[in-house]
Amino acid sequence: MPTFTHGSVSIAVDEDGFMETPEVWNQDVAAALATTEGVTDLGDEHWKLVNYLRNYYLQYGVAPMIRKLCKETGFDLKKVYELFPSGPAKGACKVAGLPKPTGCV
Amino acid sequence: MGHKTEEQLLQIDYAPPKRDWTDPSVDFEARKGTWSYPGKAKNLQYMGFPNPRDWSPTDADWQLPEGWEKIIHDGFKERLEKYRSLKVFMDICVRCGACADKCHFYIGSGDPKNMPVLRAELLRSIYRQDFTTTGKLLGALGGSRKLTPEVLKEWFYYFFQCTECRRCSVFCPYGIDTAEITMLARELLNLVGLNINWVMEPVANCHRTGNHLGIEPHTFKDNIDFLMDELADITGVRCEPSINRKGAEILFVIPSADYFADPGIYTFMGYMLLFKYLDLDITLSAYASEGGNFGLFTSHDTIKKLNYKVYHEAKRLGVKWLIGGECGHMWRVLHQYMNTMNGPVDFLEVPKSPITGTVFDNARSAKIIHICEFTADLIKNGKLKLDPSRNDHRRVTFHDSCNPARAMGLFEEPRYVLKAACNHFFEMPENTIREQTFCCAGGAGLGNDENMEMRLRGGLPRGSAVRYVRDKHGVNTLSCVCAIDRATLSGLCEYWAPEVGVSGVHELLGNALVMPGENERPTDLRGTPIAAREGADHA
Repeated sequence: MPTFTHGSVSIAVDEDGFMETPEVWNQDVAAALATTEGVTDLGDEHWKLVNYLRNYYLQYGVAPMIRKLCKETGFDLKKVYELFPSGPAKGACKVAGLPKPTGCV
Repeated sequence: MGHKTEEQLLQIDYAPPKRDWTDPSVDFEARKGTWSYPGKAKNLQYMGFPNPRDWSPTDADWQLPEGWEKIIHDGFKERLEKYRSLKVFMDICVRCGACADKCHFYIGSGDPKNMPVLRAELLRSIYRQDFTTTGKLLGALGGSRKLTPEVLKEWFYYFFQCTECRRCSVFCPYGIDTAEITMLARELLNLVGLNINWVMEPVANCHRTGNHLGIEPHTFKDNIDFLMDELADITGVRCEPSINRKGAEILFVIPSADYFADPGIYTFMGYMLLFKYLDLDITLSAYASEGGNFGLFTSHDTIKKLNYKVYHEAKRLGVKWLIGGECGHMWRVLHQYMNTMNGPVDFLEVPKSPITGTVFDNARSAKIIHICEFTADLIKNGKLKLDPSRNDHRRVTFHDSCNPARAMGLFEEPRYVLKAACNHFFEMPENTIREQTFCCAGGAGLGNDENMEMRLRGGLPRGSAVRYVRDKHGVNTLSCVCAIDRATLSGLCEYWAPEVGVSGVHELLGNALVMPGENERPTDLRGTPIAAREGADHA
């Protein structure tokens, strides 16, 4: 299992860099994972999105529907891609420490 | 992973390689982009599958369990005895080659081991060596090979490069079902812990929560409530679908992507509008919350285990019969396996439409009908008020999803619905539709991102047919009845036929259905403005 290390952060990740144990997520981990997205400085809008995803995940156990994410954060899809270039699933969810959705998606 | 350009993907070398086909070696490092990540240990452990561990196909040592040769040999023997079809398929092939150029993966890769005949031969060569007298006596001369770790690696590579679509079987003069060969090969691979995570995680999730995505009941309800709020905003009509309602007449089973992912959610909206329109006595289930059955890509035991939720939930809720949504692989299971695996389905009634009185005799044994059968019957009997001009911004073609097409013969009903709901419908060339349909190249668990090169290669024939109708008729919508299609064809079209979007059939029906008490609807369910009615193109 690969290990992702950045600064003081060292976590187990899968082949695509998603956290293997989402429970150990914290803000330092998010900031470290964001660097893999080319985001070196998480601003208020990044945190708004990341915190929304994190809280949703803790309540519902999966990622939200993208339509719901856009509605509840007020960010359209274009804006989400501006914040995290790999998009909502592969970018924002990864930084927020969510597992990768699988199946017919 | 760096995607290859279209020019690079189109440079397909059909000249066979110089080395002998019996050489099993595969360079996984060089072939990144054409294989899938292995099943994670936690998912194997959850299912009680053998040999959970962390590994990668690029490892030299795949950490096979002790006694792996005997495990495979005994597993093969047991299945030859259990499945007469497997023995027949191993013995009967005359290598005529009718299937050779029918596989989308062969067409898109030029790799001869993707010819269905040769892919099957990878298994047959071991069968001959281990289970036939001539094979034992003649050895390599008789086409036998000895089972080695390299052979298992080769099986892993090529049997996870088959989408079990069965197009090749249509052309086989003996009717060899190559999907069954792949299923059995994967079953053997699973005995020693060789499988892929894009299959194993949905399987484990499905076992835990009833659906591939791992959506628990409270999330199921929340997703549906959200979609119904959105639908009310768009149409002015409030739909309130029931969940787990005992005593409903009908249980409705759909793929989980329909209440989670774009563009399936618009198909879900279409279903809900239809049921509201009819005031149908129907319920969803937060337990039987997945049509798809990735057991089909794993083992017969897993198919059976995962399908029980549908069988049990129908019994628990006391429904009379079932409708299945726009899901691909569920149909092979429900149509062909449920009755013998979980059944008999003797506690349900033969489906009878409460609206038209039509009895669906074709579903006399399985007691489940496809929603397109249900809706086509409504339209045929004049029960739906449709305004197809609300789809005038759509120029539509239909992709026959492999399993509904080839495993249940669902050809006419979706077309009948589409032609009633849309003014502009065009067929792709006839050797690419109906029973000859080309796969999306992402079925059978292969629709993951790490396998993207192989998906795009395998998507070449379907993509070319879509591009043909796009250029000839201005087609901008590829309609289909499968959640894997809705996910994978979007990427396929983006690559091979840009500007063509993907939609479900009932999304388009939902656009056209004139609901009592609805708002004026200037947009479709996606919020896209409907083309000016007056100037609509009547090509």
